[in-house]
Amino acid sequence: MNLAFRTALTAFRRAPLLSALSITTIAFSLFAFGLFGLVALNIRNALQRVEERVEIRAFVSDGTPLEQIAAASDEIAKYPEVLKVDVVTQDEALERARRELGEFKDVFEAGVLPASLDIRLKPGSRDPATVRTVVDRVRGYEFVDDVRYGEEWITQLYRLRNIAGVASIALGLAFAAVAVIIIGATIRMAVLSRSREISIMRLVGATDGFIRRPFLIEGSITGVLGGMLALVLTYLAMRALEQYLHLETAFFDRRVATLGVLFGALMGLLGSAVSVGRHLRKV
Amino acid sequence: MIRFDQVTKVYPRAAAGASALDNVSFRVARGEFVFLTGPSGAGKSTILKLLYMDERPTSGDVRVSGYNSHDIKRREIPLLRRRLGIVFQDFRLLEDRTAEQNVAFALEVIGTSRANIPGKVSRALTQVGLASKATALPKELSGGEQQRVAFARALVNDPFVLIADEPTGNLDERATRGIFQLLREINAAGTAVLMATHNLELVRSTDYRTIELNHGQIVFDSADAARVELEIE
Repeated sequence: MNLAFRTALTAFRRAPLLSALSITTIAFSLFAFGLFGLVALNIRNALQRVEERVEIRAFVSDGTPLEQIAAASDEIAKYPEVLKVDVVTQDEALERARRELGEFKDVFEAGVLPASLDIRLKPGSRDPATVRTVVDRVRGYEFVDDVRYGEEWITQLYRLRNIAGVASIALGLAFAAVAVIIIGATIRMAVLSRSREISIMRLVGATDGFIRRPFLIEGSITGVLGGMLALVLTYLAMRALEQYLHLETAFFDRRVATLGVLFGALMGLLGSAVSVGRHLRKV
Repeated sequence: MIRFDQVTKVYPRAAAGASALDNVSFRVARGEFVFLTGPSGAGKSTILKLLYMDERPTSGDVRVSGYNSHDIKRREIPLLRRRLGIVFQDFRLLEDRTAEQNVAFALEVIGTSRANIPGKVSRALTQVGLASKATALPKELSGGEQQRVAFARALVNDPFVLIADEPTGNLDERATRGIFQLLREINAAGTAVLMATHNLELVRSTDYRTIELNHGQIVFDSADAARVELEIE
C-alpha cells in the first residue's frame, strides 16, 4: 500500500479520539446542510406538484363549430411551450362540474357552462412570462371569449420558488463554509499533534508535497466518513419526521447522496489543504 | 564544501542593532572536524540553522555543497538536507516508534524503495553500536542510546557532513564520552563533523579545529592560529 495512504490510516489508529471528533464534527455540519437540503428538496417537490396543475383554460363562444375548435386545438398543441391541449365540450364541462362539485349538481343545467380548450404547458414553460405569452396568442382566436390561468397564483408560486431557491443556495453555502472552517480547525489539531513528526520529516529532507499528502488523504477519508454519517443521520431524521408528524417526505436519490458524500470529501480535502499549507508556511 | 562569506543574521524580532551573527566568514573542508564553541546566544545554533537553510542570512552568502543561500529555491532545500545529517541535544525521536522505525523514517520520507530500507537501517544501527536494541522504543533506551538512534537516523543517508547541535548536552559524562567516540569514528570514515558544544573539556581533549563565537562574531579560530604560528616559524 502507498506510504502516504498507510500514514493516513495510521493517523486514525494513533489518535482515534481526535479522528472520531473530526468525523462527528463534519457529520454534524453536513447533517445541518443535509437537513436544509432535504427541506429544500421537499419544498421543490411540493412546488413541482402544484406547478403541474398550472393550466390555461380558454373559454369558447357558444355556437362555435367543433371543427373550428379542433383545428385551433391542433394549432395550439404545436406551440413549443405546450405539452397537451384538451377540447372540453359543453357536455363534458357540465359533467366535470357535477363530478367536482357534487353537492351543487342540481344547480348545473345543460348549456350553462361554456366549452373550453384546456392547455397544459411543458415543465420549464410554466413561469408567469411564458404563461402570459401563450395566453396572449390564444386570446387572438376570435371565438375565444375569455382566458383564465390564475395569473396572481402563478406569480406568487414562482416568487415562493425563487425565494426557496435563493435561500437554499445562500444557506447551503453558509453551512458549507462553516463545515470547511470546522474541518480546517479539526485537521489543524491533527497537524499540531504531529508537528514534531513534521519537523523531523523536514529535517531529514521530506518535500512539502510528501508531508502534505497523508493529511490530504486523512482529510478526504474523514470527509467521506463524515458525509456517510451525515447521510445516515439525515435519513433517520426524515424517518422520525414521517413517523411523528405524519409528513410524506422525499429523500435524496442515489446520485445526490453520492454527491453529498463527495462534497464531504471535498470539504475534508479543502480544510486539510488550508491547515497543512498554513502550518508548512509557518515552520 | 561549506563556506560562510561575511554572513550577518538579524532576526526580525531582535532588539534594534542586535545581530545573531555579525560578519562571519569561515570555510570547512571535506572530512574536517570542527567544534563551534561559545556562550549561549553567541550564534552557534544560528550557524547550524543557516547551514541546513532553516534560516537565510540577512546579508552575506552561505554555500553548502553547491547550494547558495542567495538563490536556493524552497523546493531545493529538502534535496540539500538529504545530503546532511542533523542531530540535536533533545534527540528528536518519534516516541511511538522503535529505534529501527525511527531510522527507517528518514529513508521512507525521501522515497527510498522499501526493499532497500531494512539493510540500510541495520547497517546504521550497527555503526552506532545499537543493533541489539533495534526493536526498543525510545522510552526503553538510556539518553546516550537515544542519541545513538538519532545519529543512526542522521547517518543512514550517507551525509557528507554531520551537523550536531549540543549532542552531549543532555548526557552524563560516560554517555558523552561514548557519543564523542562515535563522532570521531564517523569523522574517521570520511564524514565532516560540525559540532556546537559548551563542553570545553571535550574540546580541549582533542586537537580538532575550534571556532569560538561571542556576540555573533568569531573571536577565535584555531585554523587561523595555526596558520599564524606557521608564519612566525
